[in-house]
Amino acid sequence: MLNVDNVTARYGEAQVLQGVSLGVDTGEVVTLVGRNGAGKTTLLRCLMGLHRAMTGDIEFDGRSVATLPPHKRCRIGLGYVPDDRGIFASLSVEENLTLPPVTGPEAWSLEQVYETFPVLAERRRQAGTHLSGGEQQMLAIARVLRMGARILLADEPTEGLAPLLVQQIGEIIRTVKAHGVTVLLIEQNVHFASTVADRHYLIAQGRVVESLDNAEVEQREHELLEYLGI
Amino acid sequence: MSGLLQQLFNGLVSGSFYALLALGLSVIFGMLGVVNFAHGAFYMLGAFGAFVLLDSAGLNWWLALLVVPILLGVIGMVLERAFVHRLMHLFPLYNFLLTFGIALILQDLIRLKYGVTSQPYPRPTILDGMVDLGVFTYPKYQVFVLVLSIVLSVLVWLVLTRTRVGMIVRASTERAELTQSLGIDVRRWVTPVFGFGIALAGLAGVLAAPMRAVNSEMGADLIIVIFAVVVIGGLGSVVGSVAAGYIVGMLTEFGNFYIPALSQILVFVLMALVLLLRPAGLFGREEGSPA
Repeated sequence: MLNVDNVTARYGEAQVLQGVSLGVDTGEVVTLVGRNGAGKTTLLRCLMGLHRAMTGDIEFDGRSVATLPPHKRCRIGLGYVPDDRGIFASLSVEENLTLPPVTGPEAWSLEQVYETFPVLAERRRQAGTHLSGGEQQMLAIARVLRMGARILLADEPTEGLAPLLVQQIGEIIRTVKAHGVTVLLIEQNVHFASTVADRHYLIAQGRVVESLDNAEVEQREHELLEYLGI
Repeated sequence: MSGLLQQLFNGLVSGSFYALLALGLSVIFGMLGVVNFAHGAFYMLGAFGAFVLLDSAGLNWWLALLVVPILLGVIGMVLERAFVHRLMHLFPLYNFLLTFGIALILQDLIRLKYGVTSQPYPRPTILDGMVDLGVFTYPKYQVFVLVLSIVLSVLVWLVLTRTRVGMIVRASTERAELTQSLGIDVRRWVTPVFGFGIALAGLAGVLAAPMRAVNSEMGADLIIVIFAVVVIGGLGSVVGSVAAGYIVGMLTEFGNFYIPALSQILVFVLMALVLLLRPAGLFGREEGSPA
């Protein structure tokens, strides 16, 4: 479904992505694991068109999207959750949900969103940023579901959340997958990654250095944790 | 007591102009990140537009009130497309210089044709005369200006808070890139918002024609105060600019009446105080804070 071929990108002088190639199949949940500064966020921003890829190609559904502006990538089914969750303070919870256009036939209705995430229904009139961190993350993912995006690109949804909330995010990601939405997420927590995802890419210094399945992650958890410096 | 109330009313009428101008400036700043230095010049063009339409085509004030803002709004959109847009990815100072240059050009073109003397503009006949407000009588025209500016401010607020367009403008103002990545073509909304802000300035100018001196300097005199108003209200905050507009209007009128020697600097004293106590302005959102 998503094919990244030899993408390079730079921030000023520094080359952050040194030629990343990876693929995500329809219905899969795939994580990008790697240290801070390995280029994971930049890669996600490149996929969304928020950061310019210098070379290489990005294909979505067999079609190159590398030259499309962000709003058009969104409209063909890419749903983005940035690392700060991207909740608008000047919009209510409900407005945060309904701001993006519906982009796919599988789009959730507001009722469906509220049924699945009752806390959002309770707080629908409040400013988006009045929610707790975990609730904001929930809102950001719910927004992608309401759009009917076909792939969820989430930049470290569990960052800074308490263990109980991390589990909750795990539940939400399983819900997302159960509804047929493909997921590509950045994750530092390898244990958590192995409980929600099918496959993992280990990113280091702007490259994919390894592709791992869950069994390998479990076997090598200590080694990976040490490598990630956690 | 009635004297005090009358000052209050004078303040609200002056505030009406500040509010309309600050509103446009604020919406433009929020959406484009551009401080439009030409805002005062478009206010002046609004007044001159009304004057020229009456003088050369015999078009009355009511028609001018409709035609001039639309015309200036279109001119504003063309300017945005042709110039402002091209500089937007550069350091903000470039657009600051550009709009400052536009202001000087417009002002000098008018001066070239009409000099610096004020042009006469009659009040519309229906709004001539006084209206009895119980405690005192007040010019009908001024009451009309006040009511219209309040109605317009409320309308703009309703559009911003209750409609989809308003939601998009709020989102783009807060975080343009994020809005873009959520499927909204922010660039498409930038030009009409700029045009709308200019149209509001033009409308304020038409409103000013029958009660203020219509001359090439009228915008330049006002724009500095308007910047102070926007800063007091909070950059980019719509409610803030309108509220600050009326507050500053009252402050200057009361100042004029009780301490005329200080009236010119009172607004800047207020601005300094606000910046000291609430750097983001009365209604502004602190950068990085949640609410």
